[in-house]
Amino acid sequence: MAKIVFTRPKSMKDVVTHYCPGCHHGIIHRLVGEALDELELAPKTIGVAPVGCSVFIYDYIDTDFIQASHGRAPAVATGVKRALPDKFVFTYQGDGDLAAIGTAEIIHAAARGENITVIFVNNAIYGMTGGQSAPTTLVGQSSTTTPKGRTSQNDGFPIQVCEMLNTLQGPSMISRVAVQTPAQVIRAKKAIRRAFQCQVEGRGFSFVEVLSACPTNWGMTPLDAGKWLEDEMIPYYPLKDFRVPEGVQ
Amino acid sequence: MARAIFQEDRCKGCGLCTAACPTGIVVLDASRLNSKGFQPAIVTDKEKCNGCALCARMCPDLVIQVER
Repeated sequence: MAKIVFTRPKSMKDVVTHYCPGCHHGIIHRLVGEALDELELAPKTIGVAPVGCSVFIYDYIDTDFIQASHGRAPAVATGVKRALPDKFVFTYQGDGDLAAIGTAEIIHAAARGENITVIFVNNAIYGMTGGQSAPTTLVGQSSTTTPKGRTSQNDGFPIQVCEMLNTLQGPSMISRVAVQTPAQVIRAKKAIRRAFQCQVEGRGFSFVEVLSACPTNWGMTPLDAGKWLEDEMIPYYPLKDFRVPEGVQ
Repeated sequence: MARAIFQEDRCKGCGLCTAACPTGIVVLDASRLNSKGFQPAIVTDKEKCNGCALCARMCPDLVIQVER
């Protein structure tokens, strides 16, 4: 009798996502679902959805959700966690949400060491609004607002969020991972699970940045987008455990 | 026997699974379209599937279930 070794996580709804072909959000959603299943957190989870492509995470993951105003997910999550400390609270935010309009909220939630988990999906562009330049867009990368490529003279330098948060005392865990190969997917899963475990153990703010492809707005095939992520994004956004608490499972 | 079952009508034809398969038996079927209008991923030689599930781990759309 054959045994099922891989299938949909129980905490994910049996629906088709709206994401474009090859978008990494689907993989990252599944990793969140798998971690919620393994730690048996789904019944007591309250997720906070962002503004951007991934706002519809509330239609895909079968837990309670609140949708925050643009960039405010860490502030909303702070309120939920403080009012209901027995619940498991995470935010799922893109780079346009977290690193632009939500810069203040993420920095101060991290500095306070709030006992919440933030999953930060960095695809170096604004996806939902049509491929405009984001704070994370690489120098030289073209977008609809930087058609000849981002220049540091005109547009400044991309923000490295993990490095910035790593200057603060508050966070208990900060990691940057990617999902462009199966090996990286397995590493990303471990990081997300560890971040969730940090919150369960009451260790304070845990943060995982996941580098992600946006083939549609990058103007590439999904396979080329994975290669571009590896060749261009990872050198500027190195994959690293910036901070790992001792003894966490 | 290991096998990967593809829910073809869910497939968006991105091809991430084709690059992940170590035995090279997952391909996009260029001869037809699924109900969503994409060329769906299929397994060419079912006998060669070793059930590693790397295709399923790369699939953003939960198209693939693996049995072993």
